Amino acid sequence: MVNQEGGVQAIYQAALDQGRFEIQRCNDCGDAVFFPRELCPGCGSGDLSWFRPSGKGTVYAVTTVRRKPEAGGDYNVSLIDLEENVRLMSRIENAAPEEVKIGMAVKARVTVNEGHGLLVFHAMEGAAQ
Amino acid sequence: MSGDLNHLRGKFAIAGVATFGCGEAPGYTDMELLAQAARLAVADAGLTMKDIDGLCTASASSAMWSMPVVEYLGIRPRFVDATMIGGSSFIAHLMPAMQALESGQCDAVLVAYGSAQRTSTLSRKEIGKARLLMDPQPYEHPYQPMLPMSAYALAASRHMHDFGTTRRQLAQVAVSARQWARKNPDAFMRDPLTVDDVLNARMVSDPLTVRDACLVTDGGGAYVLVRADRARDLPQPPVYVLGQGTAVWNRQISSMADLTVTAATQSGRDAYAMAGMGPKDINVAELYDAFTINTLLFLEDLGFCAKGEAGAFVEDGHIAPGGSLPVNTNGGGLSWGHPGMYGIFAAIEGVRQLRGNAGDSQVAGAQTAIVHGNGGTLSSQSTAILGTAAAL
Ligand SMILES: [Zn+2]
Repeated sequence: MVNQEGGVQAIYQAALDQGRFEIQRCNDCGDAVFFPRELCPGCGSGDLSWFRPSGKGTVYAVTTVRRKPEAGGDYNVSLIDLEENVRLMSRIENAAPEEVKIGMAVKARVTVNEGHGLLVFHAMEGAAQ
Repeated sequence: MSGDLNHLRGKFAIAGVATFGCGEAPGYTDMELLAQAARLAVADAGLTMKDIDGLCTASASSAMWSMPVVEYLGIRPRFVDATMIGGSSFIAHLMPAMQALESGQCDAVLVAYGSAQRTSTLSRKEIGKARLLMDPQPYEHPYQPMLPMSAYALAASRHMHDFGTTRRQLAQVAVSARQWARKNPDAFMRDPLTVDDVLNARMVSDPLTVRDACLVTDGGGAYVLVRADRARDLPQPPVYVLGQGTAVWNRQISSMADLTVTAATQSGRDAYAMAGMGPKDINVAELYDAFTINTLLFLEDLGFCAKGEAGAFVEDGHIAPGGSLPVNTNGGGLSWGHPGMYGIFAAIEGVRQLRGNAGDSQVAGAQTAIVHGNGGTLSSQSTAILGTAAAL
């Protein structure tokens, strides 16, 4: 049956647009699932529920994309492992790109710009190395 | 558990190869470069285009690419495979081509590719914009990774963190490739290159500089695969396919379980199993080096070093001319050239070595070559083991 709210990508973005970061959990095998999917990549089940993760994560891999200052300057791109054992791409917003290190503890935030939500991360207090 | 495909070992051979317009070919289209390479490869095999009844091809921009290629070449193939898994496609095409030859569906498969990426009138910025629309990655693109390079930079960051791999070791990959390119008049960049040159080059996506990245060149490449008995009647010494394996694990770099372990562990395992060989049996390695980290990952994942040890292996000079394992003997994507998707050129260089006509870069007595393609952002991996008659 087709969900009237749309597919999981639309549902995920709608939550972000309202300032909420939600991911899925498989009701059959218990795995957390990200990115949002119509089936569990661990066991193939279609029985998934949304929940709000703790938002706590660790930087798994990091790069600084170099950009001319007039175009906005250098910026961070990180892969982050959430406590719930899923990985995602995001950026660390409250640290200079060169200060972001693998292993750094970070916390999720949702920024909403003109109604469009985006998941970003902040280095946790005292976590910077 | 399915079989190891050992029954296909040595039953098919690459009978013809060619490249065309590699480096700069201003005013040419992708199709024109492909067609010239195809024409030359078919002639190299001692065949005519009328003999071609199977086609494998792929394009990074045209979704229905096999149809205009069929039309352009004027062929009526009974077998068409347009599997598109990025730069590894043209090594991955070997398996469906072998299956089609094995079944009797066709008798001669042309595998062909062309890209005018360097001099195309459509700028790479425009192509990049079109890709964002046509192939959205909504969980990565909002963070503006400079793809594909940032994905490889992320993998490099993790390899450095886990194993102490250094930027100097990454740079040595580029320097070794350049040392090979200096022996190859067909290579696009042949100036001397030092580790410090690489380290001091423009940083693009840390820890990778522009010299840790492949070139952007034009070029077409093609090869012809036939059954081994027929290959023995054709003019060129047959280069036999001893093993082949392809593995696709993910699309996005953020979906990779471990950034230091690629699907080459699977594609390599399958290729070695089919060939009944291991890394110690390989004389030459052509490993798709889109970025310097790739060579390290594939040296490890294809069993030439233990995990985490490729940096030291390369720093000790093992992959450079005179080293224990000749790698990317044409200069690779880093110095020979990189027309968008490099896999077919790795295969062609493997053939060149096994025919013994690689000139100054010839590896003396080479009887076996591993040719390995990578696609996407460490997303797909395809491995083939090629050999001369002596390796059968
Ligand atoms: Zn599940």
